[in-house]
Amino acid sequence: MYRYDQYDDAIVRTRAAQFRGQVERRIDGSLTEEEFTPLRLMNGLYLQLHAYMLRVAVPYGTLNSKQLHQLALIAEKYDRGYGHFTTRQNIQYNWPVLRDIPDILDLLADVEMHAIQTSGNCIRNVTADHFAGVAADEVEDPRPTAELIRQWSTLHPEFSFLPRKFKIAVTGAQDDRAAIAVHDIGLQLLRNDAGEIGYKVLVGGGMGRTPFIAKTVRDFLPKAELLGYLEAIMRVYNLEGRRDNKYKARVKILVHETGTEAFIARVEGEYSANPRPSIQADPAEVARIAAYFAPPEYETLPATSASFNAARASDPVLDRFAANNLFPHKIPGYTALTVSMKPVGAPPGDASADQMHQLADIALRYSLDELRITHVQNVVLPHVRLDDVAAVHAALVAAGLETPNAGLITDIIACPGMDYCKLATARSIPIAEAISERFADPDRQREIGKLGIKISGCINACGHHHVGAIGILGLEKGGVENYQITLGGEPGTDASLGERLGAGIDGDAVPGAIERIVDTYLSLRTNEDEAFIATVRRVGLDPFKPALVATSEPADALA
Amino acid sequence: MPLLDRSGLIPDPFTRPDSSADNDPAAAAIIVPLADLDAALAARPAGQRIGVDVPNNAVPTTIPTQGGIDLIAVAFPKFADGRGFSIANALRETGYTGTLRATGALLPDQFALALQCGFDQVEIDDARLARQPLDQWLAALGDVTLSYQSSPDGTPSIFARRSEARKAAR
Repeated sequence: MYRYDQYDDAIVRTRAAQFRGQVERRIDGSLTEEEFTPLRLMNGLYLQLHAYMLRVAVPYGTLNSKQLHQLALIAEKYDRGYGHFTTRQNIQYNWPVLRDIPDILDLLADVEMHAIQTSGNCIRNVTADHFAGVAADEVEDPRPTAELIRQWSTLHPEFSFLPRKFKIAVTGAQDDRAAIAVHDIGLQLLRNDAGEIGYKVLVGGGMGRTPFIAKTVRDFLPKAELLGYLEAIMRVYNLEGRRDNKYKARVKILVHETGTEAFIARVEGEYSANPRPSIQADPAEVARIAAYFAPPEYETLPATSASFNAARASDPVLDRFAANNLFPHKIPGYTALTVSMKPVGAPPGDASADQMHQLADIALRYSLDELRITHVQNVVLPHVRLDDVAAVHAALVAAGLETPNAGLITDIIACPGMDYCKLATARSIPIAEAISERFADPDRQREIGKLGIKISGCINACGHHHVGAIGILGLEKGGVENYQITLGGEPGTDASLGERLGAGIDGDAVPGAIERIVDTYLSLRTNEDEAFIATVRRVGLDPFKPALVATSEPADALA
Repeated sequence: MPLLDRSGLIPDPFTRPDSSADNDPAAAAIIVPLADLDAALAARPAGQRIGVDVPNNAVPTTIPTQGGIDLIAVAFPKFADGRGFSIANALRETGYTGTLRATGALLPDQFALALQCGFDQVEIDDARLARQPLDQWLAALGDVTLSYQSSPDGTPSIFARRSEARKAAR
C-alpha cells in the first residue's frame, strides 16, 4: 500500500487546518453560504436532509486495518455508530455536526486519509479495480496510476472550479471491474503490439439524467504521457464545458454536442500544441509510487488446500459461501474473499463500528493487513490463504457479515434515497430490502446466478440503475413514488445502458415484478451458464414486458 | 477598485477610460475592452501603458499578447466559474510575460490558485474587501503552501522536490 511521505502528510494536514479556518469564516460571516458551499463540498461535506454528511476518500478503495479501526472510531465518536460504503469506493457518515468536522479531518490525517475532493466540481477521488494486484487477467496493477492521479489532481489550481464534477476510474485488467465506460475519464492499462505499456483513454461516460457510454479518444497513450494528456483533456473541458445548465455541464455532454471526432481533434490539438513536458511524471517518481504496490510477501503454497476442501465438504454453509464469495487469486493457495455488506433486509453498504473493527482485525490476521472497498459497496479481503477461509468465515459469522451473495440477485446497489438524501424523489433502501427479502432463499439465489440489481432514488442515478442488469429508478408521480424498471445494463466489459421495460409501477409492486422478470429469464435461458444479461441481449426486452404487470399480485408490505 | 498582489494592497496605475466621456489620452496606463484594443494601440501616445479586459469565454489563442500589451485582465464573473484559471495558464504557456490580473468575484480561498496559474494580481470590489479584509487574503496564501503542481514563480512542486531529493541522494 502507498504510504505518505512528508509532503503528502503536510498536504492533508494543512488542508484540514484550512478547512477549520473556512468553517470559522463561515460562522463569522466573512463567507456567505453561497461561497462556503463549494468550499465545503470540495472537502466532502454535504448538507443532507437531516444533517451534514461527510464523505471520506478511500483512494482506489484500498485500506489497511489501522485506517479501518480509525474509521470505526470516527463512527462511534462522531456519528451514530455507522458508516456507509459508497459506489465510488468511499465511506460516508450521515450524522456528523459541522463543528466536529475539522477534528474528524485531523483524525483522518493521523492515518493518512482525507476527505479532499470527494464532492464538488473538481476532479473526484479516483477509483480502480477492487481486485487490483490480485486478478490473473491484469496487464499492470492500476493502483500506482491511480495514486499518481490522486496526487496530480489534489488541490489542482487550474481544475478546482470545473463546470461540474469529474470522475476518473482505472483498470489494469482485461475484464473491466472498475466500470470505466461510465466515468468522465476511463483508463485501461494495456500493451501495444511492441509490448509497451500504455493506456486506452475513454472520455465522456456517465449516468445521471443523460447516460452515455464513454468514447475512446486514444487507443494507446504511452504510459509516460499520462498526466500531460489528462491536463489537455481537462483544459478543453474547463474552457468549453457548458456552464449555463448544471444538467448539461458534464464532459459527456460536451463530447456529445461537440461530436466525438471534433472533441478528439480539440484534445489532440491542445496536447500537440503543448505536450507539457514539465507536467509528465518523472519515471523515477512513477517507480517510487509503484514500489509501494509491490506484491506482499506471499507464502509458497499448493494451489489447493486439503483442509479447506475437507471443511467445505462437511459444512454446506461454508461451501455456499465459498462458491459465491471467493475470487481466484493469481498466487497459488490464496483467494480474494468478498465480504458482502448486503445482508437480507438491511441497507446496502452499511457497516457498524463493531463490524469495521472486526473486519480490520480479520484483515490484519488473515489478509496481509489489506482491505478493499468495492464500487458495489462490498468489502474485499484481497489476500486470504485458502487454508484460512474457514477461519475467516467463522469470524465473519461472529460479525454478522457472512452473507453468501456476492454478485447474486440480493447483492444490490442502492443509493441512500429519500431516507437520507435531499435530492431523492423516492425511497431506495426499502425497495432493496424488500427485494432481498423476496429472494432470501440462498438456493434460489444460486440457481438464478449472477444478476446485478441497481436502484436509484432519483434521476441523478447514484445507484447506477442505468448499468443494472435490472435497473430500478424511483421517481415521484402525482405525490406517489413510482418506479421505472430497465433491463440490459452492464457496467463492465461490453458496457451497455439498460432499456426501459415499460411504464413505471408502484413501490409495493416492485418485488413481484422483479420476481416475474426473473422467472421469465429462468424459463428462457439456454442453460445455467447463460447469465441474465446474456439472455436479455439474446432475446430482447419483449418477452419480459408482460412480467411488469401483475395478474393477481398481493400487495407487498414496504413499511 | 482595490488591487492586491501577494504583498498586500497595491496602487493601481491603470484606469478604464469611458470611451465617450472621461477619455484622457494622456493617461499613463489604461485598460480597454478587447474590442477597443486595436484602436487604443493605434492611438497610443509615447510611454502610455495599455492593458486589455478579456471575458472568460475568450479562446486563449485569440487573446492578443504581442504589440506592446502591458496587462491582460481576465474576468471572473462568478467565483465558481474557473475558466479564468485555464486562460491564465494558457497565456503563460504561450510566453506572455506581461502583467496578468484576475478581476471580479474571486474569494480569498482562490488567491493562491490564481497566483499559481500565473496571475500576478487580483482586482476585487470594495464590498468584497470590506467583508473579506486584506488579512484574510494574505492568510489564505499561507494555508497550503506545498503543491503537487508547479508554479510560475518558481516554487517547486512536490514532484520536483522529490526529484531533487533523489538527485541529491545519488
